[in-house]
Amino acid sequence: MSNTKYTYAVARIRALEVSLFSDAVIGQLLACRTAEEGLRFVMEKGWGDVSGGVDMDAVLKREEEKTWEVIRDVAPDMSVFDVVSYPKLYHNLKAAVKEVCTEKRTPGIFYDDCDIPGSEMLRIIENREFSKLPGNMGRVAEEALETLLHTRDGQLCDIMIDKAALDAICEAGRRSGEPIIENYADTTVAIADIKIAVRSHKTGKSGDFMRSAMAECRSVNVEQLIRAALAGEEEIARYLEGTSYAGGADALRESPSAFERWCDNRMTETLKTQKYDTFSVGPLLGYLIARENEIKTVRIILTGKQNGFPDDAVRERIREMYV
Amino acid sequence: MNIAGELGIVYALLGAAVAVLFAGCGSAIGVGIAGQAASGVVTEDPSKFAKVLIIQLLPGTQGLYGLLVGFITLSKIGILGGGTADVSVSTGLLILAACLPIGIVGLLSGIAQGRTAAAAIGIVAKKPEQFGKAMLFPAMVETYAILALLVSFLAVNGIQV
Repeated sequence: MSNTKYTYAVARIRALEVSLFSDAVIGQLLACRTAEEGLRFVMEKGWGDVSGGVDMDAVLKREEEKTWEVIRDVAPDMSVFDVVSYPKLYHNLKAAVKEVCTEKRTPGIFYDDCDIPGSEMLRIIENREFSKLPGNMGRVAEEALETLLHTRDGQLCDIMIDKAALDAICEAGRRSGEPIIENYADTTVAIADIKIAVRSHKTGKSGDFMRSAMAECRSVNVEQLIRAALAGEEEIARYLEGTSYAGGADALRESPSAFERWCDNRMTETLKTQKYDTFSVGPLLGYLIARENEIKTVRIILTGKQNGFPDDAVRERIREMYV
Repeated sequence: MNIAGELGIVYALLGAAVAVLFAGCGSAIGVGIAGQAASGVVTEDPSKFAKVLIIQLLPGTQGLYGLLVGFITLSKIGILGGGTADVSVSTGLLILAACLPIGIVGLLSGIAQGRTAAAAIGIVAKKPEQFGKAMLFPAMVETYAILALLVSFLAVNGIQV
């Protein structure tokens, strides 16, 4: 009886899952000849706003906002979704630090559908009100700002904030007390570490660089991953074969985009079991990630069509659907 | 008033109270859980109101079973008729014991049925055409409430006052 606080939310999400795109719908979207036809197709399915016009970015942005509006509306406790919202929050921090240091203002670089929207983040950093930021974010913001002001090294600043974001995600997962959220957070951090290893190998970065960029997590050993990355891409794939990310080894050998796709599909696969749960936060997380994946897939297809990419190249990047 | 001499009727009344209270609480909690799920579905799709309402009501029967046993008990000891029967302590305890099955099973099965009904409402939310099958899962829990009702009913009826 004590774990019934998500009953209303899960039932509402069940009703909303009906409108998620299935593989068949994505197939129909792929069959559209042009990006405009594709955009009209998704708008006929209820995407975007009547007043929003037919701009692809506006439609996709509106869909992201709608998803968070639903989650905010149904979730009894938003703190469990920190693992999903932190990337946006830390992106805003990164953008605000750079805007303050360069004293330039670039429109549209902030996310507004998170706890601290862009304008507020910019004000906090400008006024150096770091105590207004949650958890360790204030300390990281101060360090990143000082580092960028003194060294003008944008990459170093990015690494500091990105690593802090990964640590915060891991910590938020542990703090949530929900196994599915903890698992999601751990997988997110592990996949980010693997991507860092692959990119660091391609750009010839040192072990110390990787150590400063990667975050500790349960499912991947950072030191072993760094050693593998220093030895070569094949070694990374071989290391992954010995972890719970074994399936990603083949994808990594195939191409970076295949690996990215595998990462998203693995997450969807993990969350699919939540479709049968009635009393936990799992279905809410499943829906949220499913919507993000859906929007990402539609963006890939429409952008591919806009730029005249062949269907096969687009198909390779399409994610598995949740329903 | 001699309390010791009245203990029999006190135990018998306690039996009626156990049947009505526990089974009623089970139903209230069960219907409450199912109601939360039903509200969630109707928020997004009001056309499913009738279907989810029927499923929400399923855990309500335990309360009725408790009420039935409570009535029979009150009638047996003459409270309803106005002339209270002379109930010995042993008979009072027997009536209390007879009321326990529907009280306890009513409470637990009501909660369990509420949780099953909430899950079944999830089926209706996604596949309304499977309403019949969705009804069956919470209905299975009902079996055990009926068994408890049967035992309590027969036992209360079988006790000679």
